[in-house]
Amino acid sequence: MTAQSKAISNPDRPRRAVALISGGLDSMLAAKVIQEQGIEVQGLNFYTGFCVEGHTHAIRAKDRAKPKRNNALWVAEQLGIKLNIIDVSEEYKDIVLNPRYGYGQHLNPCLDCKIFMVNKAQAWGFMEENGFDFIITGEVIGQRPKSQRKETMPLIARESGAHDRLLRPLCAQHLPETLPEREGWVDRDALYGFHGRNRKPQMALAEQFGLTDYAQPAGGCCFLTDKSYSAKLADLWSARGKRDYELDDIMLLKVGRHIRPSETYKLIVGREEGENNYLEGYRKQFAHLRCESHRGPLTLIDGAPNAADIEQAARIAARYSQGRDAAEVTMSVHHPNGVSEVLTVTPYAPQEIPERWHV
Amino acid sequence: MSEAQLDTRGMLCPIPVIRTQDRVRELAAGDVLEIVATDPGVLHDIPSWCRVHGHELLETSETNNEIRIRLRVCAP
Ligand code: SF4
Repeated sequence: MTAQSKAISNPDRPRRAVALISGGLDSMLAAKVIQEQGIEVQGLNFYTGFCVEGHTHAIRAKDRAKPKRNNALWVAEQLGIKLNIIDVSEEYKDIVLNPRYGYGQHLNPCLDCKIFMVNKAQAWGFMEENGFDFIITGEVIGQRPKSQRKETMPLIARESGAHDRLLRPLCAQHLPETLPEREGWVDRDALYGFHGRNRKPQMALAEQFGLTDYAQPAGGCCFLTDKSYSAKLADLWSARGKRDYELDDIMLLKVGRHIRPSETYKLIVGREEGENNYLEGYRKQFAHLRCESHRGPLTLIDGAPNAADIEQAARIAARYSQGRDAAEVTMSVHHPNGVSEVLTVTPYAPQEIPERWHV
Repeated sequence: MSEAQLDTRGMLCPIPVIRTQDRVRELAAGDVLEIVATDPGVLHDIPSWCRVHGHELLETSETNNEIRIRLRVCAP
């Protein structure tokens, strides 16, 4: 049984809701639906370190020219609501590393993630000084095979501690009545009964509200739903022999070509100018390679390579320089302790870099 | 009224926005905050954040890949 909350104090004051805003269409519509009912809504957005927002757009040179936006802020502007962005990247590690309910298709711990976010929202929103009455999300039953199902809705409500103060305006009509509905703060009949993966109802509702140009992320709201990103994260764990990460690790997984010739090290090769510039920011922390005789990318070495590994790394990195077809290429190796050396190597031929090295 | 500084060089969006938000919370209405950044995303995100929260954007400038944004904190 869900615990039934009682509405607190001063019954006449206007009710306020905190909305989880991902930057996508569903959470935007959920917030709008509640706003339309005369409730004051404020947005909350969580920065986990895996967010698709920003980062890579800013890294790759070709994307730097394009104007890019933070979708959560954009949504807040469209709706005329305040938005708090909270950095949860440290605490979020535990969700990624030890999800109670496991992973989705890749390393996305969606169910634990939802519980975590709703829990954070209620901790923040129900604090006396913030004074919110309930939480809204853009969840839709059946939208995601694992995390957005009829059975997961009450589970999230319970495990997050939000109980019947968690309202999903887009599918509320398929769910038990919540406190805001029972108390008459919102009109249940004016909420929705969306379900399944069909996005037409959401698009129609967006049109009705005059909302256009909204973001429609494929798959999910974060990099953990991305197959190749998850493969890189799994590789990091297996090579290090432990499941852990630092923020820098997960940032670097978004950049460059990752090549692992051995358990002891991997290479991160910049693919273009923007990535090289970004990798430059890490040159004090990582051993790295530069091509001295030709133009070439910056290559970071992650791990604990021995002398033979370094030579191999230089030959691989040389393969991605303009000297790839030369008999000899001069590479410099810079160690984090400040020591540098110069190696003359023969670049690997393409067939000498097997497909399985590409993470 | 004071003038505060925030250095977000090397950080990628949305971190500069989060740092701005947290710094502004410590300031009083009327104070000015100058943000230095390297991610061009801030040219979009910080003005947008100012509009959302009602702070006044004073100026933005860009030299040698370094971006400076000044804003005036407004009452909540
Ligand atoms: S896609 Fe990522 S951010 Fe979205 S619910 Fe799943 S784990 Fe959380």
